[in-house]
Amino acid sequence: MWEDWKSLIAEMRKGSVRGLARLITRVENRESGWMDAMQMIYPMTGNACVIGITGSPGAGKSTLTDRLARELFDRGFKIGIIAVDPSSPFSGGALLGDRLRMKEVSTLDDVFIRSMATHGALGGLNLSARDVVKIMDAFGKDIILIETVGVGQDEVEVVKAADMVLVVCVPGMGDGIQAIKAGIMEIADIFVVNKADQGEADQAVADISAMLELSSDETSSQIPVLKTIAATGEGVPDLVTIMLKLQKTGRIRSSWHEERIKEEILSLLEKEVAYILRSRWGQNGNLDQAVKQVTARKKDPYSIVQEMLALMQLQ
Amino acid sequence: MNKEKKIRVLVAKPGLDGHERGARVIAYGLRDLGFEVIYTGLRQTPEEIVHAAVQEDVDVVGLSILSGAHLTLTRKVIEKLSEQNANNILVILGGVIPDKDIPELKKMGVSGVFTSGTFIKDVGTFIRSNLS
Repeated sequence: MWEDWKSLIAEMRKGSVRGLARLITRVENRESGWMDAMQMIYPMTGNACVIGITGSPGAGKSTLTDRLARELFDRGFKIGIIAVDPSSPFSGGALLGDRLRMKEVSTLDDVFIRSMATHGALGGLNLSARDVVKIMDAFGKDIILIETVGVGQDEVEVVKAADMVLVVCVPGMGDGIQAIKAGIMEIADIFVVNKADQGEADQAVADISAMLELSSDETSSQIPVLKTIAATGEGVPDLVTIMLKLQKTGRIRSSWHEERIKEEILSLLEKEVAYILRSRWGQNGNLDQAVKQVTARKKDPYSIVQEMLALMQLQ
Repeated sequence: MNKEKKIRVLVAKPGLDGHERGARVIAYGLRDLGFEVIYTGLRQTPEEIVHAAVQEDVDVVGLSILSGAHLTLTRKVIEKLSEQNANNILVILGGVIPDKDIPELKKMGVSGVFTSGTFIKDVGTFIRSNLS
């Protein structure tokens, strides 16, 4: 098993797209040995700039991602794209349609696009998105674009995975109060008002700028608010220039770096502990027994949890 | 993790016909059966389809062809897949396919041909049993 992983990693490092793709699948499926594989990959990472693209459904994230990738590709960067779409909560299946909108880059050899389903993860990303970023980084991509699922107001997971976040808005989505709500509006390094050919685009820019000026954080008022028309590519070169400038000045989330690592360790640990608990508890019958006790009202869920914590010596 | 591995299916329409309904019906249907479907839409060249299949590391490529060019297009897709060392990917075909062509398609490596009237759940069952 481990030999498989090692040869796959070697293949990927040699530049094999097939190797890269297979590695991603196996890590995404959490196949046995995946964490050892990630340990081996980790030292090869740290070179890529990761850019998150988020916004409401239909804002034009995929089309904008396509145009951004093309512009960056034309400027000589090697691009990786992770495009996340939702899994069905009912069937567990998914229809991943982002690639359909990426006609500019979906056929270029130096652009690697991977569509991923959320698999029930909340927050707009997939559980393994951060791992996939690292694999693409190790493969040699310079810039990795992560396009989240269409988000509402507080799905801000992307901020933990990206060095820079673009929040894509469209005109006519609400007034100034909508713009000062917490959550997604707080995570932007750049605001993009897409579909700027539609009326009220200037109003949207004004609302966002006004919100930024109200912020107690003085640097907020420097956050760029740009207009694009992704369908035609208008405004995209300027956006890319500003992105690259922001990346160089290094302002972007450098203070977040330690916070992000801390968060990553905790969330990995959480997932693993939860998995171990679920599988052991599920297998040894203790969980069923606990359920029966609660059903019969002999015990309550809280005392079961406390007993369990005591057993694990966590309390 | 113990979650069951999702089967990834690329649904694509090679060639020039613009009748997308069938491909969409299949894509939605497979999603509802628990597959992860990557839909790349109309007018794809065999090169584009194989490029996407490799990047997305799919288990199945489903082609929908109504133009009559199924023999040429399918052969090209299968050739390109083997050039990429990806001929373990299952290729299935749907659309307007005359019965007389089916033996030849099977010979070139198509696993299953599903013409109109097919139940989507049968496609799902076919994929699952041919992959395991």
